[in-house]
Amino acid sequence: MQVENFLELSAQRFPHKTALVCGGRRLAYREIDEQANRLAHSLIAEGIERGDRVAVYLENSVEAVVSVFAILKAGGVFLVVNPTTKADKLAYILNNCRARGLVMPARKADMLAAEDVPHLQRVWLAGGAQDEPSMAGKRIIDLASVVNDPALPVEAPRKQCIDIDLAALIYTSGSTGRPKGVMLTHLNIVSAATSITTYLENTADDIILNVLPLSFDYGLYQVLMAFKIGGSIVLERSFTYPYAVIQTVIRENVTGFPIVPTISAVLLQLDLAAYRFPALRYITNTAAALPVDHIRRLRDLFPSVKLYSMYGLTECKRVSYLPPDQIDIRPGSVGRGMPNEEVYIVDGDGQRVGPGVVGELVVRGSNVMKGYWELPAETDKMLKPGPLPGEKALYTGDLFQMDEEGFLYFFGRKDDIIKTRGEKVSPREIEEVLYALPGIAEAAVVGVPDAVLGQAIQAIVTLREGAALTRQDVLRHCAERLEDFMVPQSVVFMNSLPKTDSGKISKRTLAAAQTEVRG
Amino acid sequence: MQVREQLKHFVIENFLFGRENGLKDDDSFLDNGIIDSTGVLELITFVEETFGIRVQDADLVPDNLDSIEKVTNYVQRQLGANGGGA
Repeated sequence: MQVENFLELSAQRFPHKTALVCGGRRLAYREIDEQANRLAHSLIAEGIERGDRVAVYLENSVEAVVSVFAILKAGGVFLVVNPTTKADKLAYILNNCRARGLVMPARKADMLAAEDVPHLQRVWLAGGAQDEPSMAGKRIIDLASVVNDPALPVEAPRKQCIDIDLAALIYTSGSTGRPKGVMLTHLNIVSAATSITTYLENTADDIILNVLPLSFDYGLYQVLMAFKIGGSIVLERSFTYPYAVIQTVIRENVTGFPIVPTISAVLLQLDLAAYRFPALRYITNTAAALPVDHIRRLRDLFPSVKLYSMYGLTECKRVSYLPPDQIDIRPGSVGRGMPNEEVYIVDGDGQRVGPGVVGELVVRGSNVMKGYWELPAETDKMLKPGPLPGEKALYTGDLFQMDEEGFLYFFGRKDDIIKTRGEKVSPREIEEVLYALPGIAEAAVVGVPDAVLGQAIQAIVTLREGAALTRQDVLRHCAERLEDFMVPQSVVFMNSLPKTDSGKISKRTLAAAQTEVRG
Repeated sequence: MQVREQLKHFVIENFLFGRENGLKDDDSFLDNGIIDSTGVLELITFVEETFGIRVQDADLVPDNLDSIEKVTNYVQRQLGANGGGA
């Protein structure tokens, strides 16, 4: 089984069924499959070969979905880049994986003009042809013309991959300050999608609403899983206009609504007394644990809806889920390992520990990634020998404790990586941006506990003599250079930063002090 | 201050960290990543408190809110409908 089979098999079973509702359009399985097939033929004709990386830099859209499946059908490896990523980081990612193709919006076609992306050869532009975009040496192709081109076959190209080939790279923040690509094979994705749709009891009758970006694995998997089960996906660009989304939930008879705590916080601010959600069957939450107060209020707001509390990391997609009947009993737990996966906790020597002991969480399963793209040392820190010869188990770096019945409770991170909105953020990546702001003498970035975000990002800075920077100056500088989720929530100005004996800035002292201040 | 200037000032101060950055009145908040869902709720609170109008749930859609131009027109329509405002 390969990931593109999700679409192909459903297109055979339900050719005329609505697969995707997005931006006022409704597309049946056959339509999407045919568009993806045509784009796949275009990719192959333009020289994309088995294993080549092709990036998708689009908002949630029909074109993004078609592109992901087309790249797989062509034997390629897709990567979806967050649409708020700035030009220099997009270029870094394209160069890091030597992407040969890119799908991007026509209106942003000029953004790479000043960047050097030597490996990139072909750019497919979505949303209308542009007058002469300045991309020297790149061949520009109009995506809409390709997917509607009657000269291109609507049948799938011949399969070239097997299921241990790479299907996707998902970039996450790296401890070196540079993003790293999580390598996922077809088998990794199919395994995770099978386990998740099993415990969610998904069927072809499910209609799933997704407001999360497809660059976030939680968002991406909603599309993949909807197609796997032959259900429908309702794709929104964001949760920016919450009432419009609520109306969509009702109008489309949505049965599954994946959220993160920031969405829950907004939902609980709305006056939803006048609304009824008779079709809604389940809500899932991951990224950060839902505050217990949110759980209680969501249960009041959606009394007949099953609420799944979950936990995971990109390196294996999902680790655990709390069965809905347990949520009132153990609201603070993220549950047990999902089907076809083993989880256990080890001490500093790698020995398994018993219930009630805090240690590092280890994950075994065919959902575990193949490693980080071209980073063997970083890979070896996360993937260590498992019980069987040749097997690699995932050492998550997350500290957990397990109770007598195997339910997991999160304690924190082994390193200084910040987990905010479910994304791992390297303090160093933000610190490097801060140091680029003239006037800043020293900078440290720490995570501080936050009920909604998991951790909020805090920048602690000292200024050079004579510098007069405000909080707004610092945040604006960050917002212009970082993705939205990496922009600090707060800035603290200090006269000096605490140092360790070796003269390095002591994050531990800072984090402890800031946590104390916040109470 | 006129409605448009008040709205523009609010958006720049709260969502653009105090710098205009070439924001045009018809720039889409969504397309330019200016506002998220929390920001939209803040914008609505600002509109309700500043102009004394009650924003109905059904009005909370991009057509009414997704640029300085659209919010200005929306507020002016509401003020007109209420007989000239609060």
